Amino acid sequence: MSKFIETNGRHRTIEGWPLVFTILTVLAVLVGGTVEFLPLVLMEGNIPVISSVTPYTPLELTGRDLYIREGCVNCHSQMIRPFRDELERYGDYSKPGESVYDRPFLWGSKRTGPDLARVGGKYPDLWHVRHMEDPRSTSPNSIMPPYYWLLSRPLNLNSLERKMKGLQRLGTPYTDEEIQGAAADAEAQAQNLARNISANGGPSDLAEKEIIAMVAYLQRLGTDLKKATK
Amino acid sequence: MEKSTISTGENSSDAGTMTAPMGHQIVRYDDQVVRYFIIATAIWGFVGMLVGALIALQLPFWQANLGQYLSFGRLRPLHTNAVIFAFAGNAIFGAIYYSTQRLTKTRMFSDVMSRIHFWGWQFIIVSAAITLPLGFTTGKEYAELEWPVDILIAIIWVIFAVNFFLTLKIRREKHMYVALWFYIATIVTVAVLHIGNSLAIPVGLFKSYPIFAGVQDAFVQWWYGHNAVAFFLTTPFLGLMYYFLPKAAERPVFSYRLSIVHFWSIVFLYIWAGPHHLAYTAVPEWAVTLGMVFSIMLWMPSWGGMINGLFTLRGAWHKLRDSVVLKMYVIGITFYGMSTFEGPLLSVKTVNALSHYTDWTVGHAHAGALGWNGFMTFGMIYWLLPRLWNTKLWSPRLANTHFWVGTIGMLLYVMALYSAGVTQGLMWRAFDDAGRLVYPDFMETVIQIIPMYWVRLVGGLLYLTGMGMLGVNMIMTIRRAPEKPTDAAITVAL
Ligand code: HEC
Ligand code: HEM
Repeated sequence: MSKFIETNGRHRTIEGWPLVFTILTVLAVLVGGTVEFLPLVLMEGNIPVISSVTPYTPLELTGRDLYIREGCVNCHSQMIRPFRDELERYGDYSKPGESVYDRPFLWGSKRTGPDLARVGGKYPDLWHVRHMEDPRSTSPNSIMPPYYWLLSRPLNLNSLERKMKGLQRLGTPYTDEEIQGAAADAEAQAQNLARNISANGGPSDLAEKEIIAMVAYLQRLGTDLKKATK
Repeated sequence: MEKSTISTGENSSDAGTMTAPMGHQIVRYDDQVVRYFIIATAIWGFVGMLVGALIALQLPFWQANLGQYLSFGRLRPLHTNAVIFAFAGNAIFGAIYYSTQRLTKTRMFSDVMSRIHFWGWQFIIVSAAITLPLGFTTGKEYAELEWPVDILIAIIWVIFAVNFFLTLKIRREKHMYVALWFYIATIVTVAVLHIGNSLAIPVGLFKSYPIFAGVQDAFVQWWYGHNAVAFFLTTPFLGLMYYFLPKAAERPVFSYRLSIVHFWSIVFLYIWAGPHHLAYTAVPEWAVTLGMVFSIMLWMPSWGGMINGLFTLRGAWHKLRDSVVLKMYVIGITFYGMSTFEGPLLSVKTVNALSHYTDWTVGHAHAGALGWNGFMTFGMIYWLLPRLWNTKLWSPRLANTHFWVGTIGMLLYVMALYSAGVTQGLMWRAFDDAGRLVYPDFMETVIQIIPMYWVRLVGGLLYLTGMGMLGVNMIMTIRRAPEKPTDAAITVAL
C-alpha cells in the first residue's frame, strides 16, 4: 500500500495515464450502484405482489399527471413509515407492492403538508373541490397554495391513449380495449363524480374540468388495500 | 508531511506582447470562456437565489403564490435546478476551464467546443426556466427537466467531456494534478447518473414515463439524487479547492498521500450511500442498511478532504486577515466538514426517523449549499476577477462586507431550519399519557414553525444581498478593466 501512495509510487505512474485513470474511476463508481440495484430487479421476492393493487383508471391517471404538473410532491409525501405515530396519523404503513404502477414514484422527501398515501376516502369529494380552490376554506391557517385554476381549466383527455399505450409498453397491464375506450371511460367516471359533487351542493359544471381528475386521483390513493380486506 | 511535488501552475500572466525565444513557442490560454462562465455564475446565482427567496416567502405567506405559473410546487424545482445546475454548474465549468489549461500547460483542445458548451448550457438553463413554471416536469427531484431537455444536457455534456479529455491528451505536463482527478470523476460519473436516471419513454412533447416504477424508480432516483450531490456539488468543488486554495495561500497542498486515499475512497463509497434517502420506506431493509453503513464510512474520506484543505493553510493563517479569498475558503471548507459530519449522522436510521420529511433536511442541504458551494464559488470569483480582467478588484471592502453578510445570513438560515425541523419532528411523534397523539391536527405543527420560516427568509435575503454585492463588485471591476483584457500565456519549448 505504501508503495502505492508514496511520493513517487505506483499511483504517480497512473497519474500520467489519463485513460487508465478514467477507466479505474468508472469501475470504482459502477460497483456500488450495480451491486445494490441488481437484486432489486432480479429478485422478485423483494417486491411482494398485492393482488388488489390495480392500475389507475384513465381519469385517475390524468389526475396523477396533474398532481405531477403542479408539483404537489414538493410538499406532500406518499409514504407512511412503520412508526406508531404515523400509523395513528395516516393509517397502515406503505407496502412495496402498492406502488408497482407508479411512474414516477411520488413518495416525496418533504412533508410541508401531511402524507397523502391513504387520503383516499378520508374526505367527501366536495371537500377536495373546496380545499383545492381555497385551502383556507376547509383548513383555517393552511399554508397550502390555492389551485383555483383546476376548477376552470378544461379537462384534456386527448393524450390519454398515447399515455396508456406508453405505460402498456412498460408493463402496466392495460388491455387494448381499455386503451381504446379510455376517453369514454374517463368521461363516465368524471360524470359520476361531478354528479355527486353537485348533489352535495357543490358547483354543477365540473365534469369537464381538471379538478375532477384530481379528485378522482386523490380519492383513489391508498384504497387498494381496503379493497383487499373487504 | 511530504511536500507536494506537483506543479499547479502558470508562470506568467502578463504576456500580451510576449515574444518567444529561439526554440520556444507561446501558448495562450483561452481565458475568454472562463470570463463567460464567471459572469454567468453571478447572474444565475442571483436569479436562482431570488427564486429561493420567493419560495421561502411563500411558505409563511401563502399569498405570495402568484397564480398557476408561479406557485410553490412549480417554483421549488426551478430554484433547485437554477442554483445547482446554473449557479454551481457555471462556477465549476469556469474553475475547470481555468485550471485545466494551467495544469496541462495547454490551451483547451477546441475553442469551438468550449463555446458550444457555454452557450448550450445557458440555453438549457433558459429552457428550464421556461418549462418548469409551465408545469413540464418529471417530478423526480433534481431531475425534473423533461426528455427533450435531458437529451440536450447529454449532448452538451458529451461535448464538454470530449473537449476535456482531448485537452488531457495534448497536455504538456506528464502527471495529472489531484484537481484533475476530481474533474475526471465528475465528468464521467455525472454522465452515467444522468443517463441512468433519465431512462424514460416519451408519451408527448414534454411528457414521459420512467422505465422503472415504484420501489425501483425510487431506488434509481436516489442513486442519482444522492450522487448528484456527490459528483456535482462535491467532487468538482474539491477539485476547485485543490487548485485555487494553494494558489491563494501560496502554499503546496498539505498531503499528497491523503489526497490519493481520500480521492479513491470518495469515488468508491459515495455511490453506495443513496438508499439512506429511503430509510423506513417500502425499499427493502438490507438496501437501506447498506446505504447507512457506507454513509458512515464516507465521513472519514470527506474529512480527509477538509483536513487537506485546512492544513494547506498551515503557517499561512495570518494571511487570512487581509485576504477575503482565504476567509471565504476557510468558511467553505469548514462547512464542508460540518455537512459531511451531519450527513452520516442523518443516515443513522434512528436519527433519520426524526429528521426525514422535516426542515432539518433542508437545513442540512443549505449548510452544504450556502456554506460549501456558495463560499468556495465566491472565493474563486474574487480571486479570478483581478486576474481575468487585468486590474484590481474594485472594492475589497465590499467583498469583506459580502463575507460577513453572507456568513450571518447562512447561519440564520441554517439555525432556523434546524430548530424548525427538530420541533416539528418531535411534535409529530408526541403522545400523551392516554396514548393519543398530542397534535393530531397537522396544522398545529405547521403554525409552530412559521416564525422559523420568517427567520429563514431573513437569512436568505442577507445571503442574497451578499450575492448582489458580488455582482456590483464584478460590474465595477470589469468596467475599469482594459477594453480587451489579455489572456494569460506561457512559453514552452518546441
Ligand atoms: C406549500 C406546500 C403545499 C403544496 C405545494 C401543496 N400542499 Fe396540500 N397541504 C399543505 C398543507 C400545509 C396542508 C395541511 C393544511 C390543509 O389541509 O390545507 C395540506 C393539505 C392537503 C390535503 C389534505 C390532507 C389531509 O389529510 O387532511 C390534500 C388532499 C392536499 N393537501 C392536496 C394537495 C395537492 C393535490 C397539491 C398539488 C396540487 C398540494 N396539496 C400542494 C401544503 C401544500
Ligand atoms: C438566497 C439563498 C437561498 C434561499 C432563500 C433558498 C431557499 C430555499 C427554499 C425555501 C427551499 C425549499 C424548502 C422546502 O421545500 O421547504 C430550498 C430548497 C433547496 N435549495 Fe435553496 N435557497 C437558497 C440558496 C441555495 C443554494 C445556493 C443552493 C445550492 C447550491 C440551494 C440548494 C437547495 C436544495 C438542494 C434544495 C432542496 C432541499 C431538499 O430537498 O432537502 N439553495 N431552498
